[in-house]
Amino acid sequence: MSFVAVRDLFQFYGPRPILEGVNIDVAEGEFISIVGASGCGKSTFLRLLLAQEQPTRGEISIAGAAPAREPGPDRGVVFQRYSVFPHMTVRDNLVAAEAFRKTRLGSLWGRAKAAAHERADETLARIGLSHVADQYPSALSGGMQQRLAIGQALAGRPRILLLDEPFGALDPGTRLAMHDFLQALRAETQMTVFMVTHDLSEGFKLGDRVLVFDKPRWDPQAPEAYGATITYDFDARNNGIPFQTIQEETNVLRPQ
Amino acid sequence: MRWINRHPGRAFAAFLMILPFVAVVLAYAIGSDIRRAENPADKLLPAPSQIVATAERLVTEGDRRSGRILFWDDTAASLKRLAIGVGIAASIGLISGLAIGLIPLIRAGLAGFTAVISMVPPLALLPILFITFGLGELSKVALIVIGITPFLIRDLSQRVIEIPSEQLIKAQTLGASSAVIALRVALPQIMPRLIQAVRLSLGPAWLFLIAAEAIAAENGLGYRIFLVRRYLAMDIILTYVAWITLLAFLMDWALRWLSNRLYPWVGEGGL
Repeated sequence: MSFVAVRDLFQFYGPRPILEGVNIDVAEGEFISIVGASGCGKSTFLRLLLAQEQPTRGEISIAGAAPAREPGPDRGVVFQRYSVFPHMTVRDNLVAAEAFRKTRLGSLWGRAKAAAHERADETLARIGLSHVADQYPSALSGGMQQRLAIGQALAGRPRILLLDEPFGALDPGTRLAMHDFLQALRAETQMTVFMVTHDLSEGFKLGDRVLVFDKPRWDPQAPEAYGATITYDFDARNNGIPFQTIQEETNVLRPQ
Repeated sequence: MRWINRHPGRAFAAFLMILPFVAVVLAYAIGSDIRRAENPADKLLPAPSQIVATAERLVTEGDRRSGRILFWDDTAASLKRLAIGVGIAASIGLISGLAIGLIPLIRAGLAGFTAVISMVPPLALLPILFITFGLGELSKVALIVIGITPFLIRDLSQRVIEIPSEQLIKAQTLGASSAVIALRVALPQIMPRLIQAVRLSLGPAWLFLIAAEAIAAENGLGYRIFLVRRYLAMDIILTYVAWITLLAFLMDWALRWLSNRLYPWVGEGGL
């Protein structure tokens, strides 16, 4: 049984098909990059994974659970913008991840609050934001905001992490630093990740698999007549060099 | 150099700021001089010195019968009505705005209704208020509430709707319930908006207060102005008008200060 199973997924906006016949199985701990042209449905697919939208047909199940009807704590998410709460300090943004889930009114008090603060400070040290713990997100650089957003999403201990062009608004240098940050964090947590990106090299660098969304059928007279699906499923492990892992038990010598 | 690129220096900017005030006072003084040259007992434009003398008498001397200083009594009565009215309107506006902005079921039911209700001219309802609530405090407070609540509801619900959906989704993925999202994500973000909306509605609130006091009251700033109107006591009216303007300005200033103080994360551009 695969960890994330997508079966016969169709999504229509009105009469217009966006996604048609998407099927995929993802093992726990895999990093999936999703690429494709603009308007090819990759963001729609991410919204479906997030359960922000309901598919017209088909279903997505995570860890064998029933398909979700609204976003929940089993899914963590980082958007390109607006991912952190502007009215909370950096530390409170992390504490919120705990307080929102554990309390009825969303605030921790007394000893629970002190403990949450301590855990938040540990996370801040790990993501390199200790020095700005008491500042508001608007005072942070784009890269720091996204590091905070990722830390916040992970503080909720989700089963899968969804990233919607998380580094799209960052400059190239910061983007490289964020890649290192994300790879280190992933090595630590072994999290299952879906990342939508416009940057092919980023997709191959970070992903274990790269999914390409495209329209398999194309009518020049009616460009919107058909929806998109997964047209390629690349194995991007080992630096994206085409590589075949021998899975079968054979008598052939294996590459060392 | 283009006009849009010419900036005044600090001293010159201060001078330009004071200029219109000085101009108004000067224009009044000249007009008053001309009229009093013809008729020294002119009541329409009393001399500035007379207004100052009247103002001094108003704020220090008690009423001949009761001994109370009416100026401060009027101020207290009006401010109390204004505070209660604006307070109730702000509370209703905040709660309704949150509910309409966050919950689609309530939005579907109430958004259209509020849009229509906000078109009812509140002053046209004043007779109904006097008939139903009597001539006491209630009808005056009710007029302020009816006058500014629809605007507050519409403005605040719009601000809630404008909160990026990414934040609401993010909160859900952190396990927040609807109540937690309302209390911890939406409420703190629209509080500065509430203060801003209240600042904008202070003008209409004063308007409704003075209108209600002018028609039926026993005290209050608006009542006094419309009372002494009968004696053409321009010096008293002008003192009261200046005092009301100062009060309104101070309230506006205090609310802005409060907003900056309580919500330092606004104004840095947000995210």
